[in-house]
Amino acid sequence: MLTLSRWKVTAVILSVIFGIVFTLPNLLPQKTLDALPGWVPHQKLNLGLDLQGGSYLLYEVDTDALRAERLTNMVEDVRTTLRNDQIEFGELGEAGGIVRVRITDPGKVDQAVSLLRRSIGGPLAGAIGGRDTNISNRGDGRLELSFVPEAAKADAAKAVDQSIETIRRRVDAMGTKEPTITRQGVNRIVIQAAGESDPARLQAVIGQTAKLTFQMVDETVTPEDMAAGRIPPGVMVIPSAEAGRPPIPVAKRALVTGEDLVDANQTFDQNGAAAVGFRFGGSGARKFGDATTRNVGKRFAIVLDNKYISDPRINQPLPGGSGIITGNFTPESAAELALLLRSGALPAKLNLEEQRTVGAELGADAVRAGTISLAIGAAAMFVFIILAYGLFGTFAAIALFVNVLLIVGIMSMTQATLTFPGIAGLILTLAVAVDANVLIYERMRDEAAAGRSPMSAADTGYRRALVSIMDANITSVISALIMFSMGAGPVKGFAWTLLIGVFTSLFTAILITQVLIGWWFKAAKPKKLPIA
Amino acid sequence: MAWPLIRLIPRSTHFRFVKWAPVAAIFSALLIVGSGVSFFTQGLNLGIDFKGGVALEARMPTPIPTSELRTALAGFGAHDAQVQPFGSPNSAMIRFLPEAGQNPNQAAVDLEKKLIQRYPTMTIPSHSAIGAKVSGELLGKGFMALGIALALMLAYIWFRFGLSYGTGAVVAVFHDIVLTLGLLSVLQIEFSMTSIAALLTVIGYSMNEKVITFDRLKENLRKYKTTPLREIIDLSENERLSRTIITGTTALLALGGTMFFGGPVLFPLVFTMTFGIIIGTYSSVYIALPLILVWGVKRGEEEATPIKLGAGTRP
Repeated sequence: MLTLSRWKVTAVILSVIFGIVFTLPNLLPQKTLDALPGWVPHQKLNLGLDLQGGSYLLYEVDTDALRAERLTNMVEDVRTTLRNDQIEFGELGEAGGIVRVRITDPGKVDQAVSLLRRSIGGPLAGAIGGRDTNISNRGDGRLELSFVPEAAKADAAKAVDQSIETIRRRVDAMGTKEPTITRQGVNRIVIQAAGESDPARLQAVIGQTAKLTFQMVDETVTPEDMAAGRIPPGVMVIPSAEAGRPPIPVAKRALVTGEDLVDANQTFDQNGAAAVGFRFGGSGARKFGDATTRNVGKRFAIVLDNKYISDPRINQPLPGGSGIITGNFTPESAAELALLLRSGALPAKLNLEEQRTVGAELGADAVRAGTISLAIGAAAMFVFIILAYGLFGTFAAIALFVNVLLIVGIMSMTQATLTFPGIAGLILTLAVAVDANVLIYERMRDEAAAGRSPMSAADTGYRRALVSIMDANITSVISALIMFSMGAGPVKGFAWTLLIGVFTSLFTAILITQVLIGWWFKAAKPKKLPIA
Repeated sequence: MAWPLIRLIPRSTHFRFVKWAPVAAIFSALLIVGSGVSFFTQGLNLGIDFKGGVALEARMPTPIPTSELRTALAGFGAHDAQVQPFGSPNSAMIRFLPEAGQNPNQAAVDLEKKLIQRYPTMTIPSHSAIGAKVSGELLGKGFMALGIALALMLAYIWFRFGLSYGTGAVVAVFHDIVLTLGLLSVLQIEFSMTSIAALLTVIGYSMNEKVITFDRLKENLRKYKTTPLREIIDLSENERLSRTIITGTTALLALGGTMFFGGPVLFPLVFTMTFGIIIGTYSSVYIALPLILVWGVKRGEEEATPIKLGAGTRP
């Protein structure tokens, strides 16, 4: 094994060059780095949020609320469909995920079933000709409608995808520095924003559903009716977005929704107060135009996330599909609402389940503490191993130094995240790397004591120790992989550092010391191992 | 010649490790009982990762008036708030559970505002809020990871060495985990997600120790076919002694810097790892190998697969 084949020497030299080249950007001042030509690696270590400061937000898409909303819409769709075809019905309602309705005229049951089958729900994603709704006839004119289970799943998945897109649009519009937005599990979204971004503003922009609807105010319902709870079917009472205004009754079905918006921006009304200007495109403009033409003189409510912002009277038809929303806005809040409307509503409510914020200053403290710890730990190891094994210890220390270069180099190149716990992982990795050398050297001593010549003892030492080293490192890989698969954020970084470290350690502790000892054997032709 | 220092360690030692194993077993059993008592009476000091709630780090240019802050927090509606010094007197970690139904994130934001109003020089460099749902899952996941790690290690050692080795190693590593958890419970050191990472690292390191001794034991079993198992275990441990001392010292030296200069964030992690390394080394010598003696190993199998031994092996 100690024969210095050309590939071993080449591999060692290449790895040292690789380590230096990819570690260097971390040590150079930014100005020098910028001045370097483009082909030189420029990537520095990718520091985790706990080291550079930033926010980690974990949202859960409220798929239950989404389902509840879809069921409410189904009830309204059934009502409108049956009414339009003048089929009489009663006992319409929803319970336990099933919409029930009773067709009063037994002769029209079949007609109702085929009508509902055509007009309720939509095609099922991923299944040709499949529908997302089940309709069953329970006899006695009773019909039951429900979503097929696959539809609920597809719905949730779609909602998560849409939410991620929407969040990305919103965050991009804010100009925040490259946050990463990833899906986690089935219905969770993780947002990691580094640096000086304001976490409170980020949360305000991300967390708001921003669902805009225009709904007719039902002026037949008096405040007395509302107080007594006499609300006609198809009407709901919604609170005001501002304190001090009474709740109002509105039609459950929206005239137009924010989905049809093509533009929104901050503007001012004729009195100079901040407002949000909006414009509908294509079909949205037509729907808005038709609705305003049909309802001149009546009031409609502009509703954001189930609270009304204003309830203006329609003075004339608005065929252009554009208008302004007035309310109690400041220019900033109007601009923010415009941003939210432009980037679209979230398909469902997002619940913030986990939030971690680290200030940039605290991150800098952590970097400092980590660097000092690493330096002291490494220095102590260097001194100890050289004291313990003399010349061979020095070889091990050189291998250890190259190991650090390689780990930092690979982490910089792959942009793997280095977290604060990861630094502790790195330190322990170095100790385990030294262990490989200890195993080799101890084996050499055993073999020399058993009467082998120095060369033969050294050679056998490498060969025999390899088995133990492999066994030992497999256990480390197992624990690192488990951490990697379960952990989030800092723990993942810890595992990643351990994993990279295991491989670079194997390489440096075995190959680099081997080449150094080989060279030494050639030059010194020793009669005795220096550690025996 | 005293340098290299390795020469100070005698070439061959003859410690009777197995003889002391019953004493060690009693010692370990007492510690396990102690850990269990602490674990079930005062439990682990769960961090918000696992308990949910809010954690804020507060800093002031002057020492933080801890007891006054506690009173103030109670006045702000943060009931049962814990205030602990965090690294320096000018820094404190505030943890509390928001009331049922209250959003932890909102609670954190509200409290932050009130604190800064009350103490204008105070800064909040970090804050976290975790809902009950996520924290419950994290706790489950964390302990599941420990279980999976143990099972995989058992499988690996079983496959590599045989069942009695695997069981011995896993019992010893389980012992390490129980004692480490026990110490964390006795000292009430915060137990968080990174503690699970530390425990997994301890499992890896401790398993490392066992594997390396097993390698030597197996080799010696092949070499000395008629020597009693008890003596071979002692021999293998004595042969491995210098490596255990050097590697253990290196690991402790390496972590020492972090223990003292890593600051309060890393302390629980490094403390757990350091204790784990010590206990892992102890359990390799006094638990894992003696257990093999208790269960015995099939030595006939070893003869069936002789390996090529080079010239000059030990007599």
